[in-house]
Amino acid sequence: MFAFFIRRLVSLLPTLVFVSMLIFGLQQLLPGDPAQILAGEDQSPELIAHLREKMHLDQPLPVRYFYWLEGVLHGDLGESVRTQQPVLELILQKLPVTAELALLSMLIGLLISIPAGIISAVRPGTFWDYGANAFALSGLSVPHFWLGILMILLFSVELGWLPASGYVSPFENLRENLAAMVMPAFVLGTGISAVLMRHTRSSMMQVLSADYVRTARAKGLSERVVVLKHALRNALTPVITLGALELGTLLSGAVLTEQVFTIPGFGKLIIDAVFNRDYAVVQGVVLVTATVYILLNLMADIAYFVFNPRLRHA
Amino acid sequence: MSHAKPMTTSTATTLAAQSGSRVEYGPWLRAWKKLSRNRMALAGLYIILFFIFLAIFAPWVSPDDPLATNWGAIRKPPGMEHWFGTDELGRDVLSRVIWGARASLLAGIVSVAISLVLGILIGMLAGYFGGIVDALICRMTDAFLACPFLILAIALAAFLGPNLTNAMIAIGVSAAPIFVRLTRAQVLNVKVEDYIEAARAIGCSPMRIAQSHLLPNITPPLIVQSTLAIASAVIAEASLSFLGLGQQPPEPSWGSMLNTAKNFMEDAPWMAVWPGLAIFVLVLAFNLLGDGLRDALDPRSR
Repeated sequence: MFAFFIRRLVSLLPTLVFVSMLIFGLQQLLPGDPAQILAGEDQSPELIAHLREKMHLDQPLPVRYFYWLEGVLHGDLGESVRTQQPVLELILQKLPVTAELALLSMLIGLLISIPAGIISAVRPGTFWDYGANAFALSGLSVPHFWLGILMILLFSVELGWLPASGYVSPFENLRENLAAMVMPAFVLGTGISAVLMRHTRSSMMQVLSADYVRTARAKGLSERVVVLKHALRNALTPVITLGALELGTLLSGAVLTEQVFTIPGFGKLIIDAVFNRDYAVVQGVVLVTATVYILLNLMADIAYFVFNPRLRHA
Repeated sequence: MSHAKPMTTSTATTLAAQSGSRVEYGPWLRAWKKLSRNRMALAGLYIILFFIFLAIFAPWVSPDDPLATNWGAIRKPPGMEHWFGTDELGRDVLSRVIWGARASLLAGIVSVAISLVLGILIGMLAGYFGGIVDALICRMTDAFLACPFLILAIALAAFLGPNLTNAMIAIGVSAAPIFVRLTRAQVLNVKVEDYIEAARAIGCSPMRIAQSHLLPNITPPLIVQSTLAIASAVIAEASLSFLGLGQQPPEPSWGSMLNTAKNFMEDAPWMAVWPGLAIFVLVLAFNLLGDGLRDALDPRSR
């Protein structure tokens, strides 16, 4: 177990190194003098000179990368040219908002996809199966920011039940927070439930044809116990790993959803940064997102290992 | 849909004719026959052809100039004169949706072409040479895949500058790793076959082996993946344009139309309905065709 954990952790290192190179390399795409561009609207010679020195622009590229990496490893992601705040601080401020959105969306996604996956696997070829598959296909095809707009049109503009925007911190007022979060979380949740449902269905169908399920049926257990107790537990293990990959969709989707519902998370942070030419913030958000995504996948791998006794004793 | 029948047969003949020269005649015709029995996949194909028709013949098909503003007809609801209504500058929404098909289809096809070229080249290098080249390429692919697709595309588009061309490059580069992995895996499968060994024994260069022995064998899964990738590229382009990083106004694009519509939801909800519906239908069509192609081209399900 411990050895597996260490091995998995070590295998992450090269990926992280390449991710950092990729994100550092983004800077090279900027046309012209990076210091001048990074200075943004404030084109004072002092600032440009300061940035040039800070970015070690007189040094060759590999040397600059190591200076940058050294900063990143010490938690220095640069500072925002707009607010002069450290990028890490800005991101840490916004991260809880996006984390809440992601968590609620995951919850809604699982609540939809797992029952739908089970039903369509247990009753293949029926109305329920076709319904669940049609749902999955539309879920994969619909642009979710549009779904968000349609929900605002229905629930905010027409019916007036939910606010179209206006994020409130859950520590301030939980009820208002949930009222503002339910639509965005639903939009994002349905987005991932399409893929999760397909995984649950195929994994469940595989498990249901296993010998031990036949044994469970043969000894006279009710179908309900066989499906929910014997089959489901094993069917869900691959769904954990595959589901973790959907976290990327969730993080990408959060950018758009936050834009539609005006939620001040890091999705809004990166978009505002893009338009303010606040490139250090853009790089910082990509770096943090990628790291979070890699770590969540690592956790999913470990969970898979823990939940799967066959691997544990091997 | 009276024109549908002849179109099917002609596509079949071209498909067969194309494959006749290099690849065996059999598998492609068999795949087409299987595909033509799949009603959902055919529906997808017809919808795509319909959108391609709209995109090519937009100047003749659209009732109005998509850029012509009309201060006398601002935010008019759908009616006889403007079937889909008008927008905040009095432009005809139907015409803009028709012209918007150009940006979406162009973005879908060009960005997937970029992914394909990058993916096939790099994937073949990794799969064919193995060793350190393979290890390096795999780590780099992992790094790309570790950045969520749209966030990477946003960052690339931001650093390259916001316009449609850069959005297509950003989407194409962000989606390339999947094609690298797919090509590499296929090459690893095929490379151990006897006929590759034979080709090497008679002195074929790696380039020639790649061209005439590897490529034809890895084509079917690449076709399936490309079709599905166009679906996500269309959504990605709409997303980038929605965020202001793709097609720039006033040029019509479904994503940027939705971005504007967001500000007029109370007085002009129709502005938000049609462009979104167009994205949904086009993406659904590519997904249906992709699923159908997967079934048709899978040799195991003969």
